[in-house]
Amino acid sequence: MTDRPPRVGVVTFPGSLDDRDALRAVRFMGGEGVPLWHAERDLRGVDAVILPGGFSYGDYLRCGAIARFAPIMDEVRAFAEAGGAVVGICNGFQILCEAGLLPGALIRNRQLRFVCRWVDVRVETSASPLTGEIVAGDVLRVPVKHGEGQFVASPADLERIEAERLVVFRYCSPDGSPAEGANPNGASNAIAGIRSEAGNVVGLMPHPEHAVDPDVGATGGQPMFASLLSIAQARAA
Amino acid sequence: MNVKFEVLVQLKPGLLDPQGKAIEGSLPAMGWTNVSGVRVGRHVELTIEAESEQAAQAQAEEMAQRLLSNPVIEDFQILRAEQVGR
Repeated sequence: MTDRPPRVGVVTFPGSLDDRDALRAVRFMGGEGVPLWHAERDLRGVDAVILPGGFSYGDYLRCGAIARFAPIMDEVRAFAEAGGAVVGICNGFQILCEAGLLPGALIRNRQLRFVCRWVDVRVETSASPLTGEIVAGDVLRVPVKHGEGQFVASPADLERIEAERLVVFRYCSPDGSPAEGANPNGASNAIAGIRSEAGNVVGLMPHPEHAVDPDVGATGGQPMFASLLSIAQARAA
Repeated sequence: MNVKFEVLVQLKPGLLDPQGKAIEGSLPAMGWTNVSGVRVGRHVELTIEAESEQAAQAQAEEMAQRLLSNPVIEDFQILRAEQVGR
């Protein structure tokens, strides 16, 4: 046993924007944030990994399409395959889909406009690195800010995603009920976040790292980071 | 030999193409009211140095499959291949 705080790595790619906020959110919630660099092949012994939001490689070709080939992604893939907790936020979600670590893809918002606002998401399962401490059905308020966040998958994949309960977060109204206006990008089945079959990889379009400090707004990100730190702590011990 | 390729990448037919829809929506305002089925794709040109045209073709297809397109949402076509230079 050790009593060191859980160490959560945050990868910086060229064009990442939210790496510093993600590191701060980890510290704010009691963990140690460890900066990781895209060009290195070293996860520095972290207990969990976050791929943050931003516009890696200028979103050239497709969002996340170039970042998935960064040297550190080989390490992230090996870490994920060994059961480590990997979280992709926004651009990080796009990278995980491009890398094939999560099913589906993210395309241009249905209304074509960049969307920047608070949304409510309903937690659909506790079986993910971001929801272990949350009861399914809980509603969390977090911000979104993206131009290409419409989750899509082939009809067969979408059916499998629902049947295997891979949906982790769904856009909803504040009381948790489905509402057309609550879906900020036209995502299929109002999907805001999904997990891998094994359950240790999760990606979401909303930004929990911007929603931990009550001084700057809602705190829907707190239980997500608490869940992540709890899993990381178990690995650290 | 050098072989120049033109590759077309498009969203799969079943997927809504928001860019295509936006273009389609603005055409009537300019007087063209008889247009439908607008889809926007990506056109990539590249030149491959290879031993043979077949080798270049096989490489172009693999690159289109693995990087130029995302097979989850997109299809690709190699529109044209022509030998260039020496």
